[in-house]
Amino acid sequence: MVTRGFFSGRRPPSDTDARIPPGQYLEQGFPVLSAGPTPRVRTEDWSFTLKHGPKPIKKWNWAEFNALPQSKMTRDIHCVTAWTKFNTPWQGVMIDDIFADAGIEPPTAYTLALSFDGYSTNVPTKDLVTGKAMVALLYEGKPITPDHGGPARLLVPHLYFWKSAKWVNGLQFTERDEPGFWELRGYHMYGDPWREQRYSSDP
Amino acid sequence: MSAEPSQSPWQAATITRIEKRTPRVTSFWFQPLRPFTHLAGQHVDVRLTAPDGYQARRSYSIASAPEAGGGIELAIERLDDGEVSPFFHDVAAVGDEIELRGPLGGHFIWEESDGGPIVLVGGGSGVVPLMAMVRHRTLRNKAVPVALVFSARIWDEVIFRDELIGLDDRLDGFNLVLTLTREPARRPSDYSRRVDARMMAQAVERLPKAPKLAYVCGSNAFVSAAADALIGAGVPAETIRTERYGV
Ligand SMILES: Cc1cc2nc3c(=O)[nH]c(=O)nc-3n(C[C@H](O)[C@H](O)[C@H](O)COP(=O)(O)OP(=O)(O)OC[C@H]3O[C@@H](n4cnc5c(N)ncnc54)[C@H](O)[C@@H]3O)c2cc1C
Repeated sequence: MVTRGFFSGRRPPSDTDARIPPGQYLEQGFPVLSAGPTPRVRTEDWSFTLKHGPKPIKKWNWAEFNALPQSKMTRDIHCVTAWTKFNTPWQGVMIDDIFADAGIEPPTAYTLALSFDGYSTNVPTKDLVTGKAMVALLYEGKPITPDHGGPARLLVPHLYFWKSAKWVNGLQFTERDEPGFWELRGYHMYGDPWREQRYSSDP
Repeated sequence: MSAEPSQSPWQAATITRIEKRTPRVTSFWFQPLRPFTHLAGQHVDVRLTAPDGYQARRSYSIASAPEAGGGIELAIERLDDGEVSPFFHDVAAVGDEIELRGPLGGHFIWEESDGGPIVLVGGGSGVVPLMAMVRHRTLRNKAVPVALVFSARIWDEVIFRDELIGLDDRLDGFNLVLTLTREPARRPSDYSRRVDARMMAQAVERLPKAPKLAYVCGSNAFVSAAADALIGAGVPAETIRTERYGV
């Protein structure tokens, strides 16, 4: 349906058009979204735990985690509130390297990312491995600020950005695909921006 | 558009009424082709389509109470260099059809059955979903104690001002606290500064007991400051829900 009188001049230039998923617009800033207040997690109190169901596999403190091999990823990110930001530069520990340090092969096909504020989000394990995702520690070369999820946030850039859990403190393997915080509140179980999987009613 | 459930979640909604609320905020009432019932605090997504197929979409909170009837009210603030909000202010007219989907959002909601007391903190157009909660409470005729702290720049930018002051005057457990950031306060109980922990503590003191839930909505900077102020006033972080309008 064409909207009467709407002729915006905001179309993305054609060379970038192909990088913007349907229904998204290009944002230069970096808006913030979260369900509650911003937790201030001190690195002294920080830890990251890998779990299979309730059972811990391995736990790292801040120093141990920072000693893991670090990689850089520069990616376009897509927020479900319809902004897309190009070329965001992150540095952190690839999920592959976390699993390798724990000496495991992923035991299940599904994972829940857990956060300090009680937030959780589900991601299929295959979307975390083979270089697709990391636990990011730096943004633009600097520690990630609390409002953007610091000290550490998950980065799964090929899915809508709510899947990139802020203030992440663990990954939990689950037997089934268990909905996390936003998924229980009407958001899509997978969240592929290219298929516009925003809400649970989207195919 | 047909009403089959497997259809696109988008539907046409007709603008039935337009009313200027403040110099920068105008309310639009929409009658969706397939009416729906929302919960107080939810939003809709609106989608505009240009003749060449280009689309812009934005989220807008619903200001009307679920039980109000007569379509849903959106209150849209004009951002002069924005893409969508100036369209509504300058172009949209009664009788136009706009595509929307909803209701959306399952976190920033308050139902009467959630109980209280509740603290609501809104900055600018961030008051819109809180207004739905206040109206819901009023229409249900329930005495859930509410403190609404509403920050605006000036008196004339206090959206829903007459309605809110009218509710405050009823002394039925609804407390309105206005704070103007660029003008002196007009009412004895109001403030003239940005929200802070002391203001939140004083707002909480107006309630008969500690709040069960707190809702904060507005720009990102406002929400961060207001949520920190609530925590500073002793409101537990786990009871605070936030909705951020972006930049
Ligand atoms: C859940 C939710 C509920 C909301 N509810 C409400 C509500 O009830 N009422 C309300 O008024 N708003 C609400 N908003 C905000 C609303 O969705 C829009 O963000 C707002 O109306 C601005 O849209 P716009 O298209 O007018 O401005 P945009 O075009 O998005 O621009 C926003 C600002 O960013 C700048 N900008 C961004 N991109 C560009 C660009 N390419 N070129 C130049 N400048 C740019 C502009 O300076 C402008 O001031 C809500 C948002 C959310 C997420």
